[in-house]
Amino acid sequence: MQEEEKQYETVIGLEVHVELSTKTKIFCGCSTRFGAPPNTQTCPVCTGMPGTLPVLNRQVVEYALALGLALHCEVNRYCRFDRKNYFYPDNPQNYQISQLYLPVCYNGEIEIALAGEREEKENSALPEAAGTGRKKKIRIHELHMEEDAGKLVHEENGDSSLVDYNRSGVPLIEIVSEPDMRNAEEAVAYLEKLCMLCRYLGISDGKLQEGSLRADVNLSVRKAGCRTLGTRTEMKNLNSFRAVSRAVAEERRRQIALLEEGKKVIQETRRWDDAKGVSYSIRSKEDAEDYRYFPEPDVPPVVISEKWTEEIRGRLPEFREEKEARYQKEFGLSAYDAGVLTQSKHLAELFEETAVLCGKPKKAANWFMGELLRLLKEKGMEPEKLMFSPKHLADLITAAEQGKINQANAQKVFAEIVERDVEPLSYMKEQRLESLSDEGMLRLAAEEVLAGNPGLVAEFHAGKEKVFGFFVGQIMKKTRGMADPGKVNALLRQLLMRGE
Amino acid sequence: MELLRMQAEELSGRIKRGELTVWEAVNFYRERAALAEPETGAFLSFPEEDALKRRADEVQEGIKSGRYQGRLAGVPVAVKDNICTKGLRTSCASKMLENFVPAYDATVVERMQAAGMIVLGKTNLDEFAMGSTTETSALARTKNPWNGRHVPGGSSGGSCAAVAAGEVPLALGTDTGGSIRKPAAYCGVTGFKPTYGRVSRYGMIAYASSLDQVGPVGRTVSDCAALYEIIAGNDPRDAVTSKKEVHIPWAELSGAPEAVERLKGMRIGVPKEYLGEGTQEEVRKAVGETAVLLARNGASVEEISLPLTEYVISAYYIIACAEAGSNLARFDGVKYGYRAKEAEGLQEMYRRSRSDGFGKEVKRRILLGSFVLSAGYYDAYYLKALKVKRLIKEEFDRVFASFDCLLTPAASETAPEFGTSLPDPLQMYLSDIDTAGVNLAGLPAISIPCGFGRNGLPLGIQFIGNRFCEETLFCVARAYEELRGALPAVWDKEDERRECSAGRRKAV
Repeated sequence: MQEEEKQYETVIGLEVHVELSTKTKIFCGCSTRFGAPPNTQTCPVCTGMPGTLPVLNRQVVEYALALGLALHCEVNRYCRFDRKNYFYPDNPQNYQISQLYLPVCYNGEIEIALAGEREEKENSALPEAAGTGRKKKIRIHELHMEEDAGKLVHEENGDSSLVDYNRSGVPLIEIVSEPDMRNAEEAVAYLEKLCMLCRYLGISDGKLQEGSLRADVNLSVRKAGCRTLGTRTEMKNLNSFRAVSRAVAEERRRQIALLEEGKKVIQETRRWDDAKGVSYSIRSKEDAEDYRYFPEPDVPPVVISEKWTEEIRGRLPEFREEKEARYQKEFGLSAYDAGVLTQSKHLAELFEETAVLCGKPKKAANWFMGELLRLLKEKGMEPEKLMFSPKHLADLITAAEQGKINQANAQKVFAEIVERDVEPLSYMKEQRLESLSDEGMLRLAAEEVLAGNPGLVAEFHAGKEKVFGFFVGQIMKKTRGMADPGKVNALLRQLLMRGE
Repeated sequence: MELLRMQAEELSGRIKRGELTVWEAVNFYRERAALAEPETGAFLSFPEEDALKRRADEVQEGIKSGRYQGRLAGVPVAVKDNICTKGLRTSCASKMLENFVPAYDATVVERMQAAGMIVLGKTNLDEFAMGSTTETSALARTKNPWNGRHVPGGSSGGSCAAVAAGEVPLALGTDTGGSIRKPAAYCGVTGFKPTYGRVSRYGMIAYASSLDQVGPVGRTVSDCAALYEIIAGNDPRDAVTSKKEVHIPWAELSGAPEAVERLKGMRIGVPKEYLGEGTQEEVRKAVGETAVLLARNGASVEEISLPLTEYVISAYYIIACAEAGSNLARFDGVKYGYRAKEAEGLQEMYRRSRSDGFGKEVKRRILLGSFVLSAGYYDAYYLKALKVKRLIKEEFDRVFASFDCLLTPAASETAPEFGTSLPDPLQMYLSDIDTAGVNLAGLPAISIPCGFGRNGLPLGIQFIGNRFCEETLFCVARAYEELRGALPAVWDKEDERRECSAGRRKAV
């Protein structure tokens, strides 16, 4: 089997639903906040009461446009909504307002980074470390706007189901790729890239696990060198990158096994069971519903002017790749560091501001790469949740550089900054963490240590360098750790030489 | 009877001058309706007397304090039962919504209330406004007030019959393919369908979204214009409503000489396709006489041609049914409305609820709509109908480049007898020929009584205006009304008993 499998190529296309983080729903003024008690974020419109009408939230169009432009798409100057008709209780009108005929954006592409010689990501608290490897372009077929459905809650040991319409009408963007991916790594890289773009644009949390980003994988296999596409299946219920990766491998295996047995792959929708590592057929193409799409008469077509498009384009943020390149060029960071720091736009912004404020980008980068990532990992915290002011961190870095605080204490203060954004200088004072910069005090302590250990001083002069460390330790102890080790070193040498 | 003969504006004037209380006016009509209802059956429901009285007192208070100063403050109004009224059942004359009480008011209802009008009751209609006779109502039978053996027309049959029978001075109807104008013609009242996008549809239970429009039914052009002024204008809750300003030609509407003066030089087209074979001779004659009358008074009237008229009905029914099928999908027994009791499982519940809840005509249109949108048929039917719709619109556009308005019959015959229309749905669909083109093109049009047929039933003519040119339309209609002179009302031939009983209750 192993050998046969190698002869097959996997062809993957993705349909990704992104839940937008607009304040209000796509067609009414209800809040989109997650986790409210059932049916408390609803109104006659999003519960499909008779006589109600949808009114488009322009923010949704702006978000869709922003993502479309980031994906290098063309924009439909005249875009329109269509009704997709199907009966299900989570869908209060029994039709979904979506876009079929004239989606907002189409014909785009994005570049994904693949491992290649990518460095290990051991040190990173973040999901993916920067790539220095191979790049690949994935074409985007289209991007369209639509409304989400409500949620059915099946009553335990009851024969009825309940519907929660809080999610009904939450705006979604669906991004349909061309079948340009060839393996799980590419599919995952593509998804990671989309998540990254969404987060950089601030249009969505972009989290697979929490359902704010949902991916359906269309997959087929064909003999290597074959030009036509095989019959594909659509895989649903993929809630993590790992699930995507495993589902791709398993579906590839399943399809090849079928073909090798001389059977056919059936075009169908399948559901991934991540616990069992297998998928089940939910419906075949023959059972596929006829959605009877037609232009939505209640929502006027959206005319997207060149001016509007350019306004949105002008507001696009600096994306990760640009930031990475600039950090290397302007700040002299390594590709690796630049990659890690730009994984989160928020992290990158914190870093950049800190770097500029303290004027020592490399030092700032060291703090971020080392101490900050360690803390994040330790707390299991996401970079997005970081709340400290870059000014505080910059002040701490400057203080440390000037020897006003030693490394160990600086780390303590740093943790406090991350935790509760303390003002470092006053905090250092309060907690008496400042280095002893008073030369006299330090000298006194050093002299006491040397005077108290004449034997060891002799040993030192006899060439036993090791005892030097002991002296330093003693002085630090005497000064309750507040002395600057650099200064202690210098002073100690000076005293020992003199005593020679 | 004095109150009954008053225009709505005059009624409001009396109330504002303190010659009459709001409750007296409301009660007068309430009692008239109570007397007439066993005969007409125009209403499906009335508010509780207490609620009505409270509302009347509140309006009285508001008039005193100056909050309600408009032309129709204090005037009772009937609302077609496919327009949502908070706390008052809105049934669409369907078993499906027989017990449905909306949690909100339609924008038009809100606006009428803000103008100090009082909703007197909800009127009957063809189920979900699907029909031309009001016979498809699952809840009541409305009779033509001129002759109880005849239908009132539809689908706003209840509203038109109520106004014709003097049960209310004004009413709201809805018009998707002629549903205001046809029953207005059959009942001998004035019905106005505004430009698509003039009046908010928020709270009107949709039949065909791209064609539906709410409009007034009244006894005169000026009453209709006054109600239109209240309900028209941009509504942020209906995205297709226009931001264009609404302007009512009050000088012409209140002064007859001014209106007739406006006729001079007015170019009026009479499309010959609207006077074809299916049109009754007396209807044809009425249109001809109207043309002559207008021409004698300075208008230039010309026969024109709208060759695409023959495609109107096909395009109309394809588009209307397609949208209806989708719009009515929400009535599934899950959230509100009728739910079949003994159904096993979801699919069965859907099927049974919709099979039992909807009437025959509604189901026919849902099926037709589902069919024309199905994979493989979409291009041949729906898409083609959309193209025809655009061509029809363009054809009207070309005509309106050289004409101010068009004159046609509002219906090609007088009201048919009960039971003669429904057995042949296709024939019934074809009877919308005078009105449905207007909806496809999104134009405003007004139906005005122009006399009576040999059978004693009213005849109506229709003026069609260019999009958003309601002002011109009102002027022409008002001028015609003036030149035509007064026509007898239903109550003029009411029997002695009713005459007396209504007279005794006269409040002033």
